[in-house]
Amino acid sequence: MSVGSTSSAVSVRGVSKTFRTGTTALAGIDLEVEPGEFVSLIGPSGCGKSTLLRIVGDLVGPSSGQVFVNGKPAHRARLDHDYGIVFQDSVLYDWRTVAKNVSLPLEMLGWSRAQRKARVEEMLDLVELRGFESSRPWQLSGGMQQRVSIARALSFDPSLLLMDEPFGALDEMTRERLNLELLRIWEKAGSTVIFVTHSIPEAVFLSTRVVVMSARPGRVAEIVTVDLPRPRGVATREDARFFELVTAVREALAAGHAPSQTLATGEVF
Amino acid sequence: MFVVVLLLWQGLTTAFDVQTFLLPKPTDIAHSFWDNKSLLWHNGLYTLKEAVGGFALGSGLGILVALLLARFRVVGAAFMPFAIAANAVPIIAFAPITNNWFGLLNPFSKMAIAAVLCFFPTMVNTLRGLTSVHPSSIELMRSYGGGETATFRYVRIPSSLPFMFTGLKIAAVLSMIGAIVGEYFGGPTNALGVSILNDTQVFDFPRAWAGIVLASVFGICFYGVVALAEHYTTSWHPSSRSFGGE
Repeated sequence: MSVGSTSSAVSVRGVSKTFRTGTTALAGIDLEVEPGEFVSLIGPSGCGKSTLLRIVGDLVGPSSGQVFVNGKPAHRARLDHDYGIVFQDSVLYDWRTVAKNVSLPLEMLGWSRAQRKARVEEMLDLVELRGFESSRPWQLSGGMQQRVSIARALSFDPSLLLMDEPFGALDEMTRERLNLELLRIWEKAGSTVIFVTHSIPEAVFLSTRVVVMSARPGRVAEIVTVDLPRPRGVATREDARFFELVTAVREALAAGHAPSQTLATGEVF
Repeated sequence: MFVVVLLLWQGLTTAFDVQTFLLPKPTDIAHSFWDNKSLLWHNGLYTLKEAVGGFALGSGLGILVALLLARFRVVGAAFMPFAIAANAVPIIAFAPITNNWFGLLNPFSKMAIAAVLCFFPTMVNTLRGLTSVHPSSIELMRSYGGGETATFRYVRIPSSLPFMFTGLKIAAVLSMIGAIVGEYFGGPTNALGVSILNDTQVFDFPRAWAGIVLASVFGICFYGVVALAEHYTTSWHPSSRSFGGE
């Protein structure tokens, strides 16, 4: 893997993570993400893909290796408000209205009331939740909550959006609709996205590249470049190329998931 | 329900001719209450002031200590076993001592007892609220570059409110108990606890009962005020959602 260029949005260099319990979650991860890319991390449970996302976001530190975001160390990038994060749970604050949840990061950044109001309206337009400003989070459906969470993450124009299985808890239909919406938002906002998922079709549908990780300790097993045309839509999922790529990712996953089997096959040949 | 109990009480005390010193009839109590209303009201207010003063002091300190312990976890972990052990001390037993310390007639001697009683439930509950926050909420704050101050301001304090009010409601009741029991060990004659005690010693049981009724009414009102404040500040919490929104 080449040393990352300074133009990379995210540059992960030789990152390993061993927890205090002795579990090695990640071993020698190298990854370059270009500005404006949509990169999915996919892999079996416990492959450390969420840990990798948290290391990029400076929520946990790596045991070794370095992460640069927009040419800065991850820690600096976090303090510079370069990150918007969306978790599997929407993590909305029940004591705040929808509007006040979306404006929370703006409040922390010291935006004026008028600026916040204007931006909240803009963001709720973007996620199609106008009219729910004064609703409370618990009054919304799971899909709507996650849209609020996305609006909040994008409200302050972070250059990097980190998403940790954001649609994992939603039903298939809501998920597919939100996938479409996310693509529309991403194309409009122009930010870089790192997206952790369990779903192969979701990863292929959304991404410019899919990073396939192997089972513990997590390594980058393969990177599948998704060359599906944009804008992608409902028809994309029926495209022959879509199925080819889904198969490619599935095979890469299977290879990474059972290293001993691959070895055995290798010996036969 | 309340009316049924009163009617039964009235009926039974009349039917079995129960002695007044055992249990006066509700009508006798009401009568005595009416005859002594200004005296009782005056005494009651005095005691209520002690209770509220002790509540403010003890709960305020409880919240403050909870904030410090939540902020400095290591200190908190070291301190908690002592706090729990101290909580098992029957604090009422100290009432004669505080009377001695601050002076029998000084309202602060009763406030001190009420304050100590209020401190623990408020502190323990608030601390639990401040520390039982979903890890993702904290990570979200971190991702915005927010430090401890932001985490407390935007996450820990708001989410601790329902817990804090659980403590405050217990404290409101305890403060009234603390003030009255403190007065049983001596105090100015215009205090409700003292007048209840004196009434029993001169066998004016209806008036003693009238004093107890007033103490109960004040206690319930105080609790009600705290519960109302809770309702207005934590209407978002699952336990009180049925009142608002939806």
